[in-house]
Amino acid sequence: MAKPRDVLLDPLFNNNPIALQVLGICSALAVTTRMETALVMSAAVVFVTTLSNVFVSTIRNLIPTNVRIIVQLTIIASLVIVVDQFLKAFLFDVSRQLSVFVGLIITNCIVMGRAEAFAMQNGPGLSAADGLGNGLGYGLLLLVVGAFREVFGSGTFFGQTVLQPVAEGGWYTPNGLMVLAPGAFFLIGLIIWALRTWKPEQVEPTEG
Amino acid sequence: MPRSRSVVAETFRVAAMVCVVCAVLVSTAAVTLRDRQRANAELDRKKNVLAAAGVIEAGSAPSADEIERRFADFSVVVVDLETGDPDPSFDATGYDPREPGTAPGATLPRPPNEAQVREVPRRTLVYERRDDAGRLELLVLPIEGQGLWARMYGYLALGPDLSTVRGLTYYQHGETPGLGGEVDNPRWRARWPGRQAFDDEGQAAIEVIRGAAGPPEDDPYRVDGLSGATITSRGVTAMLHFWLGELGFGPYLDRLRKEDSGGEAS
Repeated sequence: MAKPRDVLLDPLFNNNPIALQVLGICSALAVTTRMETALVMSAAVVFVTTLSNVFVSTIRNLIPTNVRIIVQLTIIASLVIVVDQFLKAFLFDVSRQLSVFVGLIITNCIVMGRAEAFAMQNGPGLSAADGLGNGLGYGLLLLVVGAFREVFGSGTFFGQTVLQPVAEGGWYTPNGLMVLAPGAFFLIGLIIWALRTWKPEQVEPTEG
Repeated sequence: MPRSRSVVAETFRVAAMVCVVCAVLVSTAAVTLRDRQRANAELDRKKNVLAAAGVIEAGSAPSADEIERRFADFSVVVVDLETGDPDPSFDATGYDPREPGTAPGATLPRPPNEAQVREVPRRTLVYERRDDAGRLELLVLPIEGQGLWARMYGYLALGPDLSTVRGLTYYQHGETPGLGGEVDNPRWRARWPGRQAFDDEGQAAIEVIRGAAGPPEDDPYRVDGLSGATITSRGVTAMLHFWLGELGFGPYLDRLRKEDSGGEAS
């Protein structure tokens, strides 16, 4: 039986959903141009993964095997809609910037993956820890990528100027690559490289 | 086979239960938050109008009270884009010109144009501020058109001569952050006030050029281009020409000009 502590902390570095499993890349590219959106998106995903794991785990023995995926999806979709409605009501500006990407949490492989791979086999408490851990693992990577992209792409951090761009009379020439999606790809690639140098056991065995 | 039937029944029972619980959850959230969301959208629209008019700083976060107080100076005018006349009989409460509905005649088709606007709402909302004598001080017009990636939505504010630009804001666009996305940069927007939208012949003349334009006094019809965003810049020019022209607010502006000269004569 896995320890709750490990279940919670493993997804941060040892088994990061983005860096090791390379899931959830689409939204990681889309919402990380600024810290604010990355943070709100992370919070939304943490909320959804945690609660979907809890709900799926609670009724895991009632869910008929042949419809389990659609039941999981219904639960996830409902939670995502609630988050989306909540953001529109309380964080209007951020929700407009996140546009479709909150809705797309429904199709985020991490959420489905944890419901199917973990919550279906484990109790609600442990599943909550797993969902929270994976949400935080996703969020951690989003924030790291977001920090690089906002600082080097726009010269700001949470909207506060840290590197005065030339256009505003400073010295820093913003790196245009950082604000485009490929910039996030390069960053995530470099982070995966760094992580696997630090923890060589994450390197997949070469094929053949 | 009774066993398999009971499995099927069980499947339906669980599916129905999950659906009911989830439906209750979703509809509760949607209904309880709806008023707040509407209020947000409404406040946001007012804020964008005020930002275009230069009454508040774009990008600043004024309180809801501040926005309401400033917006109270403006009156909302329903304009019929087919005739260019105001349509005071139309109740604009809750009307969103971006979603005019699907009823016949709710939208007007437009021939191919550079701004790539295929249809316009028959009735749109413009915002006027008039002084105590009823003379126009500020006119804020909604504009939209194609950018590089997506449709751009904004407001153009004109002074009482209906040519001097008071401000231009985009509140929704999908342009590349750092390049075309700079349309919402306050520094670029600060290049607009004081420019002339129309030349002496009454043709829409304002354009976004490549490179830098001079100060408004010397170079009234040209605005600095956005570096690295030629197509976005062209989109801005195209949509200004569209909305200031015959297919957009041209007839309404003509009407206001006549009203103005008529006022002086009497």
